[in-house]
Amino acid sequence: MVNFSRQLSNTRKKFSFFGGASRGRLLDESIWVEIEEALIGADVGVGLTLKIVENLKEGSKGGNAETLDDLTEILKEQLKKILSGHDLSLASDGSPAVWLLVGANGVGKTTTIGKLAHRAQNGESAVVLAAGDTFRAAASEQLELWAERTGVHIVKGAEGADPSSVIYDATEFASARGATLVIADTAGRLHTKKNLMEELSKIQRVAEKGPGTVNEILLVLDSTTGQNGLAQASQFAEAVDLTGIVLTKLDGSSKGGIIFAIQEQLGIPVKLVGIGEDLEDLVPFDAGNFVDALFETK
Amino acid sequence: MFEILSDRLSGIFGSLRSKGRLTEGDIDEVLSEVRVALLEADVNLGVVKDFQSSVKQRCIESEIHKALNPAQQVIRCVNDELVDVLGGDTISFSYAVKPPTVVLLAGLQGVGKTTSAAKLARWFKAQGRNPILIGADLQRPAAVEQLRTLGNSIDVPVFSSPGDPVETALAGLAEAGRLGRDVVICDTAGRLSVDEELMEEIRKISDSISPHYTLFVIDSMAGQDAVNVAEAFHEKLEIDAMILTKLDGDSRGGAALSAKSVVGKPIAFASTGEKLEDFELFHPDRLSSRILGMGDVLTLIEKAEETFDKDEAEKAAARLLEGQFTLDDFLEQMQQLKKMGPLQNLVDMMPNLPQGVESTDVDDGHLVRLEAIIQSMTAEERVNPVIIDGSRRSRIAKGSGATTHEVSQLLKQFKEIKKMMKGPKKSNKKSKNKKKRSGKKKQGRITPQSSRQKGVLEVPEELEKLVEGVDAQQFDLSKFGTLSENEARES
Repeated sequence: MVNFSRQLSNTRKKFSFFGGASRGRLLDESIWVEIEEALIGADVGVGLTLKIVENLKEGSKGGNAETLDDLTEILKEQLKKILSGHDLSLASDGSPAVWLLVGANGVGKTTTIGKLAHRAQNGESAVVLAAGDTFRAAASEQLELWAERTGVHIVKGAEGADPSSVIYDATEFASARGATLVIADTAGRLHTKKNLMEELSKIQRVAEKGPGTVNEILLVLDSTTGQNGLAQASQFAEAVDLTGIVLTKLDGSSKGGIIFAIQEQLGIPVKLVGIGEDLEDLVPFDAGNFVDALFETK
Repeated sequence: MFEILSDRLSGIFGSLRSKGRLTEGDIDEVLSEVRVALLEADVNLGVVKDFQSSVKQRCIESEIHKALNPAQQVIRCVNDELVDVLGGDTISFSYAVKPPTVVLLAGLQGVGKTTSAAKLARWFKAQGRNPILIGADLQRPAAVEQLRTLGNSIDVPVFSSPGDPVETALAGLAEAGRLGRDVVICDTAGRLSVDEELMEEIRKISDSISPHYTLFVIDSMAGQDAVNVAEAFHEKLEIDAMILTKLDGDSRGGAALSAKSVVGKPIAFASTGEKLEDFELFHPDRLSSRILGMGDVLTLIEKAEETFDKDEAEKAAARLLEGQFTLDDFLEQMQQLKKMGPLQNLVDMMPNLPQGVESTDVDDGHLVRLEAIIQSMTAEERVNPVIIDGSRRSRIAKGSGATTHEVSQLLKQFKEIKKMMKGPKKSNKKSKNKKKRSGKKKQGRITPQSSRQKGVLEVPEELEKLVEGVDAQQFDLSKFGTLSENEARES
């Protein structure tokens, strides 16, 4: 968690939405506007922001919030509440367990798989990677390099091969070798492409027919994504049975605020966050940390 | 997912239309809705604020068009301002006197730099140039491999060497000279704008190859932070133009406005698909309507697909074929139309307006009146309008608050529409400007551009009927509008 805090310092710096104002500042009307703007600026979205501020006004009635500090505490609690209440562990009780990673183009699926493989390998699972992105040029090669780095097996198909069958083969391979975990890559796709979303549904169906059990289907979401993230999550959730989200690139200056709307409307929890380019830079999501980090002034 | 601005505005349209003049209050009321639309489209909050004040200025300074109601007036200003900000100056590539012309690509991870590099190479090739690609992304595993594969597919050489990206870029430049290539496109690793080390690295690459054009690649799905990222890259590299990627999704693309506002350099290209040919010069008007949630044929198609009840359309079509198209069907069509938002927007989405028809000619007010007239008819009258005699006419007029003349006019027009919709089209003067509909239908989605280029609107069948209806109502309504105004003057 040390790493997480360090990496989030950028996020914090940018999110000091009360500026240089003293934390003991008394409440006035302009506070609400500031909070609103801060939330919108963090990609929380207009609709949800208004709702949050409304709740906050309600929650701060009756004199239990006199200063900015009081108000911040109430707001934090409310935001944490939106994000909590989920089991964030990654299930792996199949033999082998199968994890599918899905998402839009360029969100960081392949890199996430490399990091996941590294984690699992440390946890002494015998891992097999499935190079299910048979579309993008050199996607398999990219995954292969991650397999080499982490010392795990990889099952590949030819470019343009049916991704379902590549993933199926990987589960058979894993089963035959007694491997415990298959992590499958899929090609990035925009959620508006109907045929590609259908392909994804098929991937899940076929993977479920294999010897393993599909335990996790993780949506990889780029934290720089704005309001479109909600549409992404909802369309992907329609195509496959999402079990969680991996929020990537959180070491940048973006805030990832769209996850509040996703939680609120779809109830899909963030399970992991990507905070850098190193193998270790994938850590469990912690709602408390995430929200605290938003409010910490430098 | 999002409330389209036109939906939001319809309420305001109503309340404003009754007033004659545009007051500051009117402007503010409309602009506050526009503000929400822009924020939902991911335009940065600060940018939205600036934008609002310049639109307000524009509104105050602009002349009042008689043809526009106040809300339309404001929207017109918003759109003009958007197009101005997004477009403004365009970029035309001038080639270095002493080749090669060097182009450097930069941006965050995963925005689509490598794919854009190849698309750009293809584009230069189509301009008659001989490009070479340099793979200076030595960070991401297999990035160079990806570039090589793409380069191969378009027959463009790719240079890369492992080690240091600055040296690779320089060596690539030398290779371009050796091979006599006249355009060099240098792909670089994605990097976070807050990563000092990597930002310094790309500045070094830039210093060493002195690009003629530095292109910043931005993802159209980006959120509020796009503004900071663009600013940071611009500060480091002096961006000359931008490439907007992943526009084939359904993001509203407001990040482009944010980036444009801080960088002040043109968006040169739009990337609209996964194939290398899905790459085109940027059209500010198209993005403007997308950000606002108005206009654009694609939007029309999508909205129509959502709102138009296919069964109803099929039933109406069947009756039409049997010559049994009734005023009820007409009413139904109008109501379907209304679900799609203000008529003016619909007409604006039409790629080919008949000559002499301005989108400002149509007004939802007329639609409401037509609806009222039909609703004042009995069921029998709607099916068989010939029975409407003088006394029925005045009853209908009274019931709908229209004049008897307006009732007659509607009946006459309905007859014309029926005639026109039935059977093969004769060289009817009124339908001569209508879009020709070829028999073959394209599979899948049609981009607005392709339909514009061909001048043919290829749309799903039910929509064709709808558009047909709009066409009919278009001249219909404008005539109706003129007529009622004349009448109003007379009375």
